[in-house]
Amino acid sequence: MSGLSDQLMVVTILAYLVAMIGYAAELSFGARGMVARTATRVSAAAPGRELVSVGLAAGGADDPGGATVNPAGAASDPGGAASSGVPVVVEGDGGGRAALIGRWAVAVTVVGWCAHLATIVTRGLAAHRVPWGNMYEFVLVVCFVGATAWMVLVARRPMVRPLGLFVTLAIIVLLGLDGMRLYTSAGPLMPALNSYWLKIHVTAASVASGILLIGFVAAVMTLIRIGYDGGRRSFPYTLGARMPDATGLERLTFRVHAFAFPIWTFAIMCGAIWAREAWTQYWSWDPKETWSFIAWVVYAGYLHARATPSVKRTVATWIAVVGWVTMMINLFAINLVVSGLHSYAGVK
Amino acid sequence: MVDIEAPPADRVDDGTFVVPPGGGPGRWVLALARRGWRQLTSMRTALVLLFLLAVAAIPGSVLPQRRVNLEKVTGYLNTHGETGRWLDRCWLFDVFSSPWFSAIYLLLFVSLVGCLVPRLRTHARALVRQPPDAPSRLDRMPVHAVGAPGGDASDDLARLATLLRARRFRVAVRHDTVSAEKGYLKESGNLLFHFALLALLLGVAVSSWYGWHGSRNLVAGPDGAFCNTLPQYDDYGLGARVGAGDLPPFCLQLDRFDAAYHADGQPASFRASMSYTLAAGSGGPTAGRAQVSVNHPLRLAGAGVYLLGHGYAPVIRYTDRYGRAQISVTPFLPSDEQLTSQGVATFPDANVDPATGRRDPNDQVAFSGVYLPTMSSDDPAALSATAGASVYPAERNPRLLLVAYRGNLGMDTGYAQSVYTLDQSQLDSGKLRKVAASKGLAPGETWALPDGSTVQFLGTRPWVTLTVRHDPGERFVFGAAVCLLVGLLLSLSGKRRRIWFRADSGGGGDSGGVRGRPARIEVGGLPRTDYAGFTAEFDEIVQAARDEGILA
Repeated sequence: MSGLSDQLMVVTILAYLVAMIGYAAELSFGARGMVARTATRVSAAAPGRELVSVGLAAGGADDPGGATVNPAGAASDPGGAASSGVPVVVEGDGGGRAALIGRWAVAVTVVGWCAHLATIVTRGLAAHRVPWGNMYEFVLVVCFVGATAWMVLVARRPMVRPLGLFVTLAIIVLLGLDGMRLYTSAGPLMPALNSYWLKIHVTAASVASGILLIGFVAAVMTLIRIGYDGGRRSFPYTLGARMPDATGLERLTFRVHAFAFPIWTFAIMCGAIWAREAWTQYWSWDPKETWSFIAWVVYAGYLHARATPSVKRTVATWIAVVGWVTMMINLFAINLVVSGLHSYAGVK
Repeated sequence: MVDIEAPPADRVDDGTFVVPPGGGPGRWVLALARRGWRQLTSMRTALVLLFLLAVAAIPGSVLPQRRVNLEKVTGYLNTHGETGRWLDRCWLFDVFSSPWFSAIYLLLFVSLVGCLVPRLRTHARALVRQPPDAPSRLDRMPVHAVGAPGGDASDDLARLATLLRARRFRVAVRHDTVSAEKGYLKESGNLLFHFALLALLLGVAVSSWYGWHGSRNLVAGPDGAFCNTLPQYDDYGLGARVGAGDLPPFCLQLDRFDAAYHADGQPASFRASMSYTLAAGSGGPTAGRAQVSVNHPLRLAGAGVYLLGHGYAPVIRYTDRYGRAQISVTPFLPSDEQLTSQGVATFPDANVDPATGRRDPNDQVAFSGVYLPTMSSDDPAALSATAGASVYPAERNPRLLLVAYRGNLGMDTGYAQSVYTLDQSQLDSGKLRKVAASKGLAPGETWALPDGSTVQFLGTRPWVTLTVRHDPGERFVFGAAVCLLVGLLLSLSGKRRRIWFRADSGGGGDSGGVRGRPARIEVGGLPRTDYAGFTAEFDEIVQAARDEGILA
């Protein structure tokens, strides 16, 4: 069963790889169409729920700058009142073959997701326990949550599909590192981990991390898109041409983080309760705890910065990127380099 | 405080330096203080402090910390010399109790209070006040709709108010407008979150003032029992407001220790069977038995008893050259996963001449040893005392390798000595000399030393590392954390929004006192926070008004 899990892991990575190529193909072949569509302003002739709410993004009360873009929507046209002149990519509107490839890429992502799920399930069956008892399994689950979050997102808002390339890229990199560097054979838990808190604390931590992974991709793409809109044409910014509009991306970044932050808070709290049962005190500034705290503080800083009108949105988005960096330091540097109470990586 | 009318935290500070009117140098001080307070309570400062806090925590995870691992700090100081001392002077081995770390979080919390108090006041006012009147131009609102009135104006407005109330809006009907607002829980949650942070900090303070903890290694058996007093702990920590006499009286004894391992030596479970005696309570002392295992501490007299480690204590009987036997049971400390353990057995009262009764301090005896719970059957260590390694943590083929020393143990110097190692200075000075080394001794086996004395390895007894901790702040911290999470969820999921209806009598506004049929009804909506679904909600409400015939 353990061997099957390992084989499924390879299938998972390959499927994500194919999906990534599909997303890339959509971006490159659909580039002209995408740019053209990006340039079209949504007119009042095509008002839909999706469009209206996107348009509102620029006119939210939080954002006085955006509100002035649309000084007077025609009084007779409620739909038009909301279309604030922000370029919006309309899903399914033309694109032809490229869009078809994009949809296929999503379908292959689903295949990869199923293989991913099977990898985790067979791993759990092989080890006779919840399959997140060491670092290899943890990263596996974090990526799974990331993939799940991505699919939920793309199902609800098809216009974010251009992000797929970078989401799958991030997941493939993490899974690749996981399989090559962190692999641990399936085995039983050490006594300290043998608690129902493992199911609560580690589940919450991996769910939060997986969603924050998507938040990170959205944040980076927001910055690239804003840079592109600002006239930058050097390499990473050229990718911005194919991205959804900056306002929508920035909102997406915020909403993903706002969703994940309470889960991360909950994960830390559960960790504290477990620490009180296992290590005598709820907080002992173990390196892992310290970096969870740092990540929490940075993400709290992001949410505050975003809610403060005097802080530029790019600055706030950069803070979100820094947040993910602290999460990665917490995952890799702390598990592999620093020894502490949380030394459960099992990597030899 | 300094300035009652502190501005809201997120207002941009324009840097003006306003000197209040009136004479005297005091006004300059006041102006300076006011400006400082405004700076401190601004969101920018709070963000900077938040980041300083994150950055300041980093050295605490990179460098060893005294509160986490004292031995590592000592080791670091020994190997890094001058650098280590400089780092120590900057409190870098006590980051989380250092003045600079405390300064950052205290400033942050002061800033927080300065920001929260005015917000609390504003929010309390908003909670008792009616929703504000409609702005003059509803068509300037982010969402806007217009319809013909369905019936009589005052009747329409009353029905609109009912419709909005049914949607849990707070509604105020004025002259020719209906104002509705919803989502107050967002700000309530936000305030709850931030006040919970303050409460959390107080809880942590209570923990550090009134908490105490102690640890010791406890060997199984009635002779190993200990009571909850400071001298009986190997190390301990008392809160600032706790005295030695505040520890509740109870005694603990390890009756039995069970460890189970998987085939590869990975531990499966540990369980300590303890018996305890509680002196407290009006009913006199009570005794009981309990199982303590990892993740399942024993709660005793408000304290938790935790099982944090375990090992073997070899039982060694030394019969000196006069034929007098003494027994040593000393915990050996594990040095690897397979419980290869090291320790010493000392016999300071060996070789007391029965004829004179005189104790010769230079004729004391000690053994340093390595205990292998399972020695590999083909291990050359079976034949020599050079370090071998255990291959399994349970006792499958136990062997004890001893090195005998004779001389002065250095115990009479008055300095505290480790019970796990011999005094290195005595070895270096030659006052304590190596006499002989044994081969691996099986339980029951006897080893004869050159001077005619004998050592017998009788077997082992298990020992456990126990930590006893009392933390009165943890419930407080837990409550604060729950409030924090609830506040956070309300704050992030809540959406404050306003909707206005105005019966427009057409051209004349509300000046003509037209109470008849208005020309049209205008609707405006304003999401006060980021809320993507607001348009949908707004449309739905307008549609509901149409369905009910209020709007045509």
